[in-house]
Amino acid sequence: MSAAPLIEAQTLSVSVGQHQVCTDLNFTLQPGERLAILGRNGAGKSTLLSVLAGLRAPDTGEILLGGTSYAELGPRQAALRRGWLEQRHGDAFASTVLETTLTGRHPHLGRWDWESAQDADIARTALRAVGLAEMEKRDVQTLSGGERQRLAIATLLTQAAPLYLLDEPLAHLDLNHQIAVLELFAGAARDNGAGVIMVLHEPALAWRYCDRALLIHGDGRHELGPVRQMLTAEHLSALYQHPLQAVEIDGRIGFIPR
Amino acid sequence: MPSSRRALLILTSLSLLAGLSIGLALSVGSLRIPFPDVLAALAGREVQGIDVVLELRLPRALAGFACGGLLALAGALMQVLLRNPLADPYVLGISGGAGVGAMFAILLGLPVLGIDGLAFLGALSAMFIVFGLAHGDGSWTQTRLLLTGVIVAAGCGALVALMLAIAPEHKLRGMLFWLMGDLGQSGQWWPPLLALGVALLLAMPFARELNLLARGMMQAQALGVAVNRLRYAIYLLASLATAASVTTAGSIGFVGLVVPHLVRLATGNDQRLLLPASVLAGGSLLVLADTLARTLIAPQQLPVGVLTALIGVPVFLFLLSRHQR
Repeated sequence: MSAAPLIEAQTLSVSVGQHQVCTDLNFTLQPGERLAILGRNGAGKSTLLSVLAGLRAPDTGEILLGGTSYAELGPRQAALRRGWLEQRHGDAFASTVLETTLTGRHPHLGRWDWESAQDADIARTALRAVGLAEMEKRDVQTLSGGERQRLAIATLLTQAAPLYLLDEPLAHLDLNHQIAVLELFAGAARDNGAGVIMVLHEPALAWRYCDRALLIHGDGRHELGPVRQMLTAEHLSALYQHPLQAVEIDGRIGFIPR
Repeated sequence: MPSSRRALLILTSLSLLAGLSIGLALSVGSLRIPFPDVLAALAGREVQGIDVVLELRLPRALAGFACGGLLALAGALMQVLLRNPLADPYVLGISGGAGVGAMFAILLGLPVLGIDGLAFLGALSAMFIVFGLAHGDGSWTQTRLLLTGVIVAAGCGALVALMLAIAPEHKLRGMLFWLMGDLGQSGQWWPPLLALGVALLLAMPFARELNLLARGMMQAQALGVAVNRLRYAIYLLASLATAASVTTAGSIGFVGLVVPHLVRLATGNDQRLLLPASVLAGGSLLVLADTLARTLIAPQQLPVGVLTALIGVPVFLFLLSRHQR
């Protein structure tokens, strides 16, 4: 393919305070590709993702979206190229579910534009995709944790950027919704050529729903490769510093802590 | 997102309320002037009491409207900036700084212009001190800003108390009235009104971005808002709006806190409607409160800040109890 990759990280080094998250990280993500980021609590997965989203500066290195850096793009153009799912959602003020979803249209609207009927349609389609169609008039402050998480995903879909950066997309979700959300982004990658980078806690789901995995060891080391090479009992036992056993059933893999 | 028809309806009714409140302020007082005469006087025709209407009541009503509007606007902006529904225009110490300046001016025996000048200077100093301290490590999180503001306000409160303690008896009344908020001594009516117009004009283009900012800084940035620039601008705008109001009429309490909340009940939380609606409602409320303040126990005048607080406290407590779902 001749087009520039959706995102490209060049010699990226990231740290939080004294803690080194990664050094000299290089990768590219093409349309349709899905990458999982795994690591222990506090390893810096979310920090790395927010750096990739342009919300935090790396120590060194550069990030290009479609060949252009965040500095050149500016926040609004960047918002048309990548969406970012936040890990925590706090609502200081009351607002309806539909209004919240419509905030995803912001980068598409001019300064004086109001959200049109077309924008509302896009938002309603997104709400339907996450199973919140009946709740558009509900106040966000009354939603359960799982419902609020699905609303955040609907807002992200409404933003309609070709690259999704997901920080724990499965947080607060029941098993059925976990699979539904993963299927949703798998479909977006397969059918629309979206790129997905997600922070996950369940290696078996990463194995099933991603092409590559990036393991963050928490001491500055990282490993990147296809899921079948990265997500083995040996690698994961070292990553989580707890012995794991791989179990294969019907061509799917699970990891059981010993 | 309110429909445009609903938005128009709300803004039209609030404009009517604003017109009515100003009409009432022109008509009511020790000299009662019937409504038709008020209109005739405004049209420039010679009627009885035209001097009272045009030279006493109109400037005071306009100044009151402007101050109420400025406070409500500043309150709505501060609540977004700090992402805290309990924030008000004074929470960051602006009125404290203005109070120190004004008390010092009264203590020195300066004329009205001097009091206004030092009050404005005090407000600006407080603004820069809070900003400088909160900015410290370059992050200026909401909590840090809020804490710094509260501490600076407390320091200003101590200075004001000190000056009250050493002030001679005959100056105390003037000082207390200033501190409680009083439109009786306001000088010119046009500077606050001009400030109100400019502030609203500057805020409106950013109203949708403010909607996003209210949902979180990182989230707003991810959706394409230049968050840091916007927060500087909002901080400056809200502070200057507060300073303009405090300079004109002293620290009138509760308008900036209660009005945005009352308006939110009717309009929802879309800043594109909330900001202009708050301006109209805040202006009307202060004009009505001031009319009450000068008629309730006439010829004695009450400081309007006392009345807004007396109205504001029960309303706010009601809202607060409603908030705990």
